Amino acid sequence: MRRVVVTGLGLVTPLGADVETVWSNILAGKSGAGPITRFDASDQKCRIACEVKPADHEYGFDPNKRVDHKVQRQVDPFIVYGIDAAGQAIEDAGLEDMDEATRLRAGCSIGSGIGGLPGIEKESLVLAEKGPGRVSPHFVHGRLINLISGQVSIKYGLMGPNHAVVTACSTGAHSIGDAARMIRDDDADIMLAGGAEATICPIGIAGFAQARALSTAFNDQPEKASRPYDEARDGFVMGEGAGVVVLEEYEHAKARGAKIYAEVIGYGLSGDAYHVTAPHPEGSGAFRSMQMALRKAGVGPADIDYINAHGTSTPLGDELELGAVRRLFGDDIARVSMSSTKSAIGHLLGGAGAVESIFCILAMRDQIAPPTLNLDNPSDGCVGVDLVPHTAKKREIRAVLNNSFGFGGTNASLVMKRPD
Amino acid sequence: MSDTAERVQKIVVEHLGVESDKVTQEASFIDDLGADSLDIVELVMAFEEEFGVEIPDDAAEKITTVGDATKYIEEHKG
Repeated sequence: MRRVVVTGLGLVTPLGADVETVWSNILAGKSGAGPITRFDASDQKCRIACEVKPADHEYGFDPNKRVDHKVQRQVDPFIVYGIDAAGQAIEDAGLEDMDEATRLRAGCSIGSGIGGLPGIEKESLVLAEKGPGRVSPHFVHGRLINLISGQVSIKYGLMGPNHAVVTACSTGAHSIGDAARMIRDDDADIMLAGGAEATICPIGIAGFAQARALSTAFNDQPEKASRPYDEARDGFVMGEGAGVVVLEEYEHAKARGAKIYAEVIGYGLSGDAYHVTAPHPEGSGAFRSMQMALRKAGVGPADIDYINAHGTSTPLGDELELGAVRRLFGDDIARVSMSSTKSAIGHLLGGAGAVESIFCILAMRDQIAPPTLNLDNPSDGCVGVDLVPHTAKKREIRAVLNNSFGFGGTNASLVMKRPD
Repeated sequence: MSDTAERVQKIVVEHLGVESDKVTQEASFIDDLGADSLDIVELVMAFEEEFGVEIPDDAAEKITTVGDATKYIEEHKG
């Protein structure tokens, strides 16, 4: 069977716009949260977010590095983040100069949960105030979810599968899982896979706040708001950014002497079939997703050393995921480390699964589990589980499990291991 | 350069992300400045906003150079 490995990484996050900066900030226990600066949020119930920082910030994002001025003007920020993260991953993998035969077998699977919400909001106001003749001719293709994959394929000449997953907050994990299958099934040798999101705009914050999903109790202490598993948690903090990996068929990577970060060995998917926003009360969808990923990987709970949890900091979701992990892992729960990096960068929605997969890979590379910030008073369900509170933890990490769950009751789990 | 020509040049530079010295009156939007048909739709909208003129589709189709745009605007602005 064709094996799938990771040979390149790219990140744009609230804690930095390159992989090493983001990772060192994560391990240092920094928080990317702050008051919303993109717009006047004074009338919102939630007035905080984890924003990607501007170019002049210590770890800000400069869109001019990899994205054409003209493209930047035409597309929503989630696409700009996605193009940049994909570019980083291509450069990291040493694939800037692929010949035509290679590009015919290279594709994209970079999705988003929501797509170009800020642009939809803005152009809707133009339509209402100035009429249809003032709506931008770039409105549609500047907001569509599959246009990260579209733009990246055009920029780098990638003529293989061009795909984009839309499964809310599971998007990033599904994107990597689906792309890995495309390589395994011989549709491609190389896939750019990941997810991006940028919905920190008035209607995005208002919409999630009205659904009672966002934290509203920590508007005056933004860095304390994302606190997965802590008793005082009251909802997630919206993040933004992108994560993209280069997936490559093992022999292909080996033949060109590529640096191999990890191998994708298991992918599980399931549906809760229960409620549009609430997770199944027994966490059965999460359980079956993880169970399938382990089965496909041919490993057991005893082989997993680190879990990057979905752990969004919502009262219901965190407990149910933890309960599902506890049932699946049995006694092995005592030796696994499980953390939620959403405590540091917020919830990147469609980007989360991809960004967190990259954290899993780096955790294996450096043999260190990133921390769960703000875990001052673990809730009752946490007893006997190492949730890596406050500070990163050096430990052996042979294989990892990454969970992502989304609205609609959609679940995805990935298992990766260190390269041979 | 006339005031109109200067403002047209500024809009073209901003929208197409090209160097201002390339935006001569003779420059063709598509052949010299890398625009596509949708970029021209957007530029025409920007000219309409900036100068308060209306550029109907049949007139817009005849605007292929920076000079064509400048000339049309000078002839039609209030």
